[in-house]
Amino acid sequence: MTGLRLAGGGPVIPNYGKASACLKHNGWFCIGWVHQHWGDILQPALIQHIKLTVIAVGIGFAIAFALALVGFRWRFFNAPIGAVADSLYALPSIALFELLLPVTGITTTTILIPLVAYTLFVLYRNIVAGLDGVPADVLESARGMGLTRRQTFFRVELPLAVPTIMGGVRVATVSTIAIATIAADLIHYGLGAPIFDALGLPDIFRTELVVASALAILLALTADTLLAALQRALTPWTRIR
Amino acid sequence: MPTEAAELVFDEATKVYTGRDGAAVDHLSLTVPAGEICVLVGPSGGGKTTALKLVNRLIPLTSGDIRIDGRSILEHDLTELRRSIGYVIQQVGLFPHMTIEGNIGTVPKLLGRPRSWIKARSAELLELVGLDPSYAKRFPAQLSGGERQRVGLARALAANPPLMLMDEPFGAIDPIVRARLQDEFLRLQHELRKTVVFVTHDIDEAIKVGDRIAILRQGGRLAQYDTPRRILDAPADDFVAEFVGRDRALKALALRTLGELELASPGSVDGLPRLSAETNLRDALSLLVDERRDALLVIDADGSPLGVATREDLLA
Repeated sequence: MTGLRLAGGGPVIPNYGKASACLKHNGWFCIGWVHQHWGDILQPALIQHIKLTVIAVGIGFAIAFALALVGFRWRFFNAPIGAVADSLYALPSIALFELLLPVTGITTTTILIPLVAYTLFVLYRNIVAGLDGVPADVLESARGMGLTRRQTFFRVELPLAVPTIMGGVRVATVSTIAIATIAADLIHYGLGAPIFDALGLPDIFRTELVVASALAILLALTADTLLAALQRALTPWTRIR
Repeated sequence: MPTEAAELVFDEATKVYTGRDGAAVDHLSLTVPAGEICVLVGPSGGGKTTALKLVNRLIPLTSGDIRIDGRSILEHDLTELRRSIGYVIQQVGLFPHMTIEGNIGTVPKLLGRPRSWIKARSAELLELVGLDPSYAKRFPAQLSGGERQRVGLARALAANPPLMLMDEPFGAIDPIVRARLQDEFLRLQHELRKTVVFVTHDIDEAIKVGDRIAILRQGGRLAQYDTPRRILDAPADDFVAEFVGRDRALKALALRTLGELELASPGSVDGLPRLSAETNLRDALSLLVDERRDALLVIDADGSPLGVATREDLLA
């Protein structure tokens, strides 16, 4: 991943550019600064944040799905896997980022590992719950009609689990977007970077703080809306009633 | 639609669940002739649903055998066996995420039928079970309970199986719709002539639907296997007599229609109550009792008189 900067590696009085009246008063929203630094600060941070979220949720989903297959097929493993996912979620994020720093260094990997770990809890639980939620009569008729185990899974159980699974993906995505900003305390990456830059100045740089935070919120809302639309498109049968 | 049906033979079929005392189905032997409806009926614990599920191996046999057209179910590939048997259950079990057409097309699709074939077949079956072809694109959640069971029946018929297993198919449906579905099912069966095993706990439904009735008692033992009329006229033992009910003579009357009686030529018919030849004897008797009359006039579909039936004729 490109665009990596060392923590605290920015200029001492960063991001001011040509000081306008608004900036001199440290205004809450100086539109001139936003225009000026969209290209070199905000947009790159936003794109990094999106990359981080997509990769974390993507990897998290792949792992959770594989684990869910095991926990669903062999019930014996369900409780232990769930417990591990739960306890990962309970780890304080700052501590986890700090612990990984000596191992994986100042890289995006250090951010990704905790982010992925946090998605597992909600994704694993939701995938298993979705698969478990298929009504018994539907499964019996599938069996009675001569669907094989595999056909039953791909044609019946998995499609019917999509609403619950997508619910998990939405929660995982929104929470990843939020937690990823915290990671910038250690690794200068994503929308957390301008937030911590702004907080790190003697007087908090209000415009940068507000705009970067607003972008994170907007990103979360947009992602949730898009995923909700995807969910509706995937599950036409849930729309009518 | 080609009509084909298979003979079904239970040969000492037995199911014992491990860890449970006694058998669920105990040395059940009976033959369902091709094209007939065999109703399995009995109290709960009689093993009727277990017996049904032995046929498509949803429950494995402990001992004995079941043969379809002479071939043991154990010799069939499990998947092929199930795809060649229509299966209808009380809760219907339609796939909620598939359209009605998708549901009906499930087995044909697995059997590799092309889309166009499935589309045509689904339209044909919807019409057969009395639903508008526009239902093809709907989802199960948009249908009433009765409509869903019609689709369940259509889905079971989709691959034109020679044998149908129906596990309390109308059990969850309100009485008025149930009666209509029974009638339509019988009309359908008249056309299709499938071999059907039909489970119910309702003796009236068994009498109405069955060509033959197998009454199972506790422990999955066969108490009697006979035609409805024989079971009502000559119950094998006290258990059967009690199960069919004290009004079994009246139930027997319901099996016959006025048209089957030898009617006296109509003499003076003025004022006699008129009933169509299709009316069953039980309803006819009820009318006579209700109106305190001794005779009634039987008419045909056009309303022209066929003859007079007296109370004694009905009871003969």
